[in-house]
Amino acid sequence: MTEMPVDRPDVIPPSRLRRAWDSDFAWSFRHSPVAMVSAFFTALLVLSAVFAPLLATTNPYDPASLNLMNGFTAPGTPNAFTGESFLMGTDDQGRDVFSTILYGMRISLFVGFAAVLLAMLIGVTLGLVAGYRGGWVETLIMRTADVQLTFPAILVAMLIFGIAKGVTPVEYRDQMAIWVLILAIGLSDWVQFARVVRGATLVERKKEYVQAAQLIGRSGFAITFRHILPNVLSPVLVIATISLALAIIAEATLSFLGVGAPPTQPSLGTLIRIGQGFLFSGEWWILFFPAVTLLVLALSVNLLGDWLRDALNPRMR
Amino acid sequence: MERFDMPDTLLTIDDLTVAFPTRRGLFEAVKHAALTVEPGEIHGLVGESGAGKSTIGAAIMGLLEGNGHIAGGTVSFRGEQISGRDSAAMRRLRGKTISMIFQDPLTSLNPLFTVGEQLTETIQEHLGLSEREAAQRAEELLTRVGIPDPKTRLDQYPHQFSGGMRQRVVIALALCSEPDVIIADEPTTALDVAIQKQILELIRDLTTERQVGVILITHDMGVIAETTDRVTVMYMGEVVESGPTAQVLGHPEHAYTKSLIAAVPRPEVKVRRFPQISYGGRETTFNIADLARNWPTIKPKDGPLIEARNLTKRFLEKGSLIPSMRRYFTAVDDVSFDIQPGEVFGLVGESGSGKSTIARMIAGLYDLDEGEVLYEGTRVSGADAQTVLDYRRDIQMIFQDPYSSLNPRHRVDHIVAEPALHLGMIPKAEVGARVAELLDKVGLGAEAGMKYPHEFSGGQRQRISIARALATQPRFLICDEPTSALDVSIQAQILNILKDLQEHLGLTMLFISHDLPVVRQMCDRVGVLKDGKLIELAETETLFADPQTEYTRELLRLMPKTDLLSKDGLADAV
Repeated sequence: MTEMPVDRPDVIPPSRLRRAWDSDFAWSFRHSPVAMVSAFFTALLVLSAVFAPLLATTNPYDPASLNLMNGFTAPGTPNAFTGESFLMGTDDQGRDVFSTILYGMRISLFVGFAAVLLAMLIGVTLGLVAGYRGGWVETLIMRTADVQLTFPAILVAMLIFGIAKGVTPVEYRDQMAIWVLILAIGLSDWVQFARVVRGATLVERKKEYVQAAQLIGRSGFAITFRHILPNVLSPVLVIATISLALAIIAEATLSFLGVGAPPTQPSLGTLIRIGQGFLFSGEWWILFFPAVTLLVLALSVNLLGDWLRDALNPRMR
Repeated sequence: MERFDMPDTLLTIDDLTVAFPTRRGLFEAVKHAALTVEPGEIHGLVGESGAGKSTIGAAIMGLLEGNGHIAGGTVSFRGEQISGRDSAAMRRLRGKTISMIFQDPLTSLNPLFTVGEQLTETIQEHLGLSEREAAQRAEELLTRVGIPDPKTRLDQYPHQFSGGMRQRVVIALALCSEPDVIIADEPTTALDVAIQKQILELIRDLTTERQVGVILITHDMGVIAETTDRVTVMYMGEVVESGPTAQVLGHPEHAYTKSLIAAVPRPEVKVRRFPQISYGGRETTFNIADLARNWPTIKPKDGPLIEARNLTKRFLEKGSLIPSMRRYFTAVDDVSFDIQPGEVFGLVGESGSGKSTIARMIAGLYDLDEGEVLYEGTRVSGADAQTVLDYRRDIQMIFQDPYSSLNPRHRVDHIVAEPALHLGMIPKAEVGARVAELLDKVGLGAEAGMKYPHEFSGGQRQRISIARALATQPRFLICDEPTSALDVSIQAQILNILKDLQEHLGLTMLFISHDLPVVRQMCDRVGVLKDGKLIELAETETLFADPQTEYTRELLRLMPKTDLLSKDGLADAV
């Protein structure tokens, strides 16, 4: 039986960056090959979309740069008429598929991010209010959510899309298409945010720090948004990531069905729709490359979301 | 250490080291621990949270969590080494010769099967009896552990049992295989004192009757003193002291044991302060007296500071659209008392007695169904905004759970400043200085403000809570079980701070607790609650010396006795 000296040498507090690197979160990232690979692909695709004008060989939005003679050029082989060669070939209009994918991804990602942001804004607010207020407010919000859940999200989105199309003047339709897409996907996707946030709020509301705030007479608004909101954000982050993948796919689906991004501003879904027409005539690349891009994008965002859920949930460790 | 193993020694743990590989290197939860268990003996394993006592239990059973493993030493049963056997061999041993009783009886029973099914299955598995014999045996066991009407009870599900009854079933389950050793890991921590007493007596009787050896893991010195024959004290994974209970508790040799025993609140003597025998660099200095210089002195008005009149609170038990179909549960039933300026008023009762509800009603967190709360003669329940604001400026609260009472996403300086800022008690420019001073005076240092709550231990968090309460310079402080989530040595620190608040700043307090010895140490007057009713109210000394109701007498009788414990360090007892 020996005395145990407990001395804690005064250590210099590590820098913020060092602390972030040492955190459990970063550690779990560094030890998950799946997370690292999917983060790499997500970053690669997002960055190439952002810097599309620098990377693309042609501007697919500029009709002047298109040459119909280049149509249906196979990838890597020079065109029979112009002798030009394209990495991923060209479509029927002679648009470079590689450049179109880069620009198309911009639209897909922009619509995805904006729609998730909208869904998050609506869902988190309603979830917080429902969870904190309770009573008939909660019943109204959550029953509305339940009703909306009985319809497939894509159906709700198409409904909203249809209504919006009806009320916008014809000359603005193409311009407005993107915003209508965002609205449609955003409004069809708020429910899961509301449900998760309401559940988390019910748990947080019972904690004593909420009572400490009530004790000094803080308003319900201040308590929900200053105190509870920061504590329910980690599940929101997880859902947002997974929703992003779903929103990108929803956008592609809508565009594939011809109710999304217009052919003049093709998104990945529009490209796939164009490409599927030529699949059986041998021009496989018009469909193949946009489809693979969509797959890789959605899969890596999804896997990243999966990892995030595990990393933020202490019970899963 | 020299050891003489008697041939019939049941369990021998020798030089046991349990290690958990973590990303920051190997963490040794148990270091070179040694203990023995004889037949018919209860061996207590005591220590504060993180001491490694539960890990020893898990290591014996071969049930170490995650990647934990025995890194050194041996566990032997009747002289035969059992550590290091493969999992199939351990499984045969578990239950058959060594059983375990866990803290939470709710999670150790399967909710989907009746108690009878669980018992008979275990009995058949271990003893190879026929189903009828096993059912017969199960009934006998339930009778033995004191469950009335065992025949009917066998067909019931765990949720139909109360907490104490459930723990009896768990004990019956542990006895099914007629084990030689039982490991009880905090078997009574989740239970009220009355039930705790019964369960401990049951374990005691069974030990003598069946000559089993028991390892009783607990953090409660009172339980150790009352129940065990031998005790092993652990601190940070190491055994610091071991021996017969009377000797270790009465004449502790190791500094840590001394500090632990000195920190235990005694029901029989009131001390002015808890002795601060520090150990392992955990001493903290706080200086509440310094705060008195800038503390506003308000001459109290004549009469009580707080008057609670006929407080009644009902909670909706079963909702319905039709009002007459709704059913209510009366949590607080017509409770009246008053609190004089400068007084510490205690409320005691078992869980569910309504004591926390009363605290929240007085704090204005719950609406009153009936009755009123008066502050200095002015009605504050349902009063106008200005009266309520004035009241809020004068009261503060310290909560039970230091892990939930501080917002984990807010920085500590923000947390401490919030009440004072929101209530407009100090100008914005002075907030920083006030927060720094308070954090310094409660012994955390001004730089603590830059951190987040998760960087602090339970006791430190409770001091942040106290700093937050003091920022508004309140006159009335509500303490709702402020130490029940803390280890005993930390509890002593926090209670000393609260005592200082009363002594130096003249704070009036409402002190809620289920722990009678703590109430004895802290309060001037005490009210006893039972099922929402105030059944007795008296000066603390009178209540402990001459209780008037049968219920209070019963509560006092059930307190674990601490007579065995060394009185060292209690010199400045009043």
